[in-house]
Amino acid sequence: MNRKIGVYICHCGGNISDYVDVEKVRRAVEGEAGVFLSKTTMFACADSNQKEMVEDIKTNQLDGVVVASCSPKLHLLTFRAVVERAGLNKYNYVHANIREQSSWAHSDNKTGATEKAIHLVKSAIAKVRYAEALEPIKVKSLNAVAIIGAGVAGMRAAIELAEAGSEVFLIEREFFVGGRVAQWDDLCLTQETGKELITRLYNKVVEHPNVTLFTGAEVVENSGSVGNFSIRVKITPRYLKQECNKDELQKAIEVCPVKIPDAFNFNITNRKAIYHNYPGEYPQLPVIDIENCTRCGACEKVCKNIDFNQKTEYLNLKAGSILLATGFDPYEPKQGEFGYGEIDNVVTLPQFKRIVHYSNGQLTYKGKEIKNIAYIYCVGSRQVDGENKYCSRYCCSSCIHTAIKIKKKYKGIHNYHFNRGIRTYGKAEVWYDESSRLGDIYLQSFEDHPPIVEKAGGQTIVKINDILTSKKELEVVADLVVLVTGMVPRKDNSIGNLLKVPKGRDKFFNEIHMKLRPVETVIDGITIAGTSQGPKNIMESMNSALAAATKSFALVASGELSLEPTIATVDESKCAWCGKCEEACPYSAFEKIQSNGKLIAKVNSSVCKGCGMCLPVCPENALNLIGLSDKEMESMIDSLIHKV
Amino acid sequence: MKGVEAISKPKILVFSTEKISDPAIDMAGLLKLHYPPEVYTVPVPCSSAIKPKWILYALEQGFDGVFIAADGTDCPYGESCTEKTSQVMSKTQEMMKEKNIDPARLKMAAICSVCSEAFVKHVKSFTEYLAKAKS
Repeated sequence: MNRKIGVYICHCGGNISDYVDVEKVRRAVEGEAGVFLSKTTMFACADSNQKEMVEDIKTNQLDGVVVASCSPKLHLLTFRAVVERAGLNKYNYVHANIREQSSWAHSDNKTGATEKAIHLVKSAIAKVRYAEALEPIKVKSLNAVAIIGAGVAGMRAAIELAEAGSEVFLIEREFFVGGRVAQWDDLCLTQETGKELITRLYNKVVEHPNVTLFTGAEVVENSGSVGNFSIRVKITPRYLKQECNKDELQKAIEVCPVKIPDAFNFNITNRKAIYHNYPGEYPQLPVIDIENCTRCGACEKVCKNIDFNQKTEYLNLKAGSILLATGFDPYEPKQGEFGYGEIDNVVTLPQFKRIVHYSNGQLTYKGKEIKNIAYIYCVGSRQVDGENKYCSRYCCSSCIHTAIKIKKKYKGIHNYHFNRGIRTYGKAEVWYDESSRLGDIYLQSFEDHPPIVEKAGGQTIVKINDILTSKKELEVVADLVVLVTGMVPRKDNSIGNLLKVPKGRDKFFNEIHMKLRPVETVIDGITIAGTSQGPKNIMESMNSALAAATKSFALVASGELSLEPTIATVDESKCAWCGKCEEACPYSAFEKIQSNGKLIAKVNSSVCKGCGMCLPVCPENALNLIGLSDKEMESMIDSLIHKV
Repeated sequence: MKGVEAISKPKILVFSTEKISDPAIDMAGLLKLHYPPEVYTVPVPCSSAIKPKWILYALEQGFDGVFIAADGTDCPYGESCTEKTSQVMSKTQEMMKEKNIDPARLKMAAICSVCSEAFVKHVKSFTEYLAKAKS
């Protein structure tokens, strides 16, 4: 039993101490049996405090340590490493979560939060009293990573992992790679198009022997855990043979009578049931949209490579880690929001980019030439009343970049930017400067007085009380109104639901800690990258993809993972082999042995996973988990129930 | 009278699983989904590892209720978890009846890693039930 215990209670800046009286907690626990020293600290995780803890442990020969701070998901490993640096076995450390489970959960009740924190710290002290030196259990980890999503983030992560030596399964639900970037022409800050960027990434992906790319592929089942995930992938056929005659295929596309709105162009154009999004798209084989195909047979008459006999396939894959790079959806304005869906010349920024793509010589929309363009910013972002409180980060830069491009490309363009404060942060600031020098007009309003879009006398008019000119009411007659829409999470979150990856307040996938563990999730072995985690520009998506690839690689590369040594133990004096533990164990970790003249159960420590399923079934109560014995559990319960 | 009120508030012990329901309970805090501070969590690796004697011990020591935040079908240790946790539940309730303890003072619900709102809803309604039972 540990009798020289050090207790550290963290302010977490004010995250804890704004609601929990940490000094009161310290005073309440300093007299607990075995507590040798107790301190409060502004940031327990700070380097200075870690050094102080090491010094305390060494100087005072502490044999148990408790830190009361944030969730153990964040800093359990940090403080285990601290005690190890001080020469103490890391399993003599116990973590108390007084932030997520006290100060934040009860920020409406400071007295209650403080009392709960005292109980939680006392409970941790009770547990550490019984803590023993242990060694972690080693298990195999597959050196393979399943990446969900083959946009720029997914492909970049795939290349990095493949080059590092991991096997990569790159799984894309759509039939073509590239995600949203494939829909964009000139990219901000670099002299290349989205298509060119995708081409570079795709070529590297398909050339690398370690990467297997699946398109039209969806993960439908998941089991296992870090080191050994098993996923089942549904592969929808393209209904075309791999070796196709290009001329025949082109004819097949031409003769297809189906016309449906083209989602790739945000429904401003139509496409056929047999299609590719643009010439030369990757993979270059088109696809038949079987849901909208009428099976009229026209394509089969001109192309012998059509194959309606292809069947949906299911593949079982195994990977040590899963990296999610599933991207975003553009915000779809509500009916009537700034005239969207009601006034015919109101479009979104993604639609506008596709309009520019299809305009040659003259910028036109629905047959009319466009000269005056009104851009309304922060549509679907920074909402006062809606759920999207966040800034979508890329839209200001993307819009201004597009406005400059069209001003240089077409004659007589006038750009009017109705904004709430421009956020062309970092290197994109040069575009704001250039746009201003080119004569673009910036009009600004507060969030509670947004611009008004209305139709009057056949004209579309945008009005604003411009705060840059002392709230003077100004109006612009616009040929086109562009709603600068932000990013929202994917509407289809089936993969998130399947893998049980938590979402944050913004409904994007949630990292463990935005600064300290920005690409890991609470599900061990699952990392997140790109805009699946929240709005990002391409550079930021690449950064997060590389970070997620590195974290996934760290889990799978060595082929071995260290797991908690909290395995089951048998009290030989109580055990009289009945076989119930063997029946309950899902891993066959028990064997029957002869010991001291009787049959008893023995735990195979390399097989036991420490789940504890055997514990309640033993009629003699001969089984315990290391670190969770009866005495530890009862001691914790005592600490939680007694009055403070 | 506030002190009396505080003493009379039901105390609940939650057995929560480290990989599945703990993240949900943490996220409830992150999202500031408030629930009574008299709800305390003890982490276990798997909900089917909870010994009935621990539950009885908690109730006998003064907890008004015990809530098992079960792994459900998400258990990383296997599909049998749901059935085994149910067995723990029914076995414990039988033992509670033998000791004249209201079996409804033990409650179980599957709490997945994103079930923060469900967790808060469950512990609030359980608190209300226990408060009525105490009064």
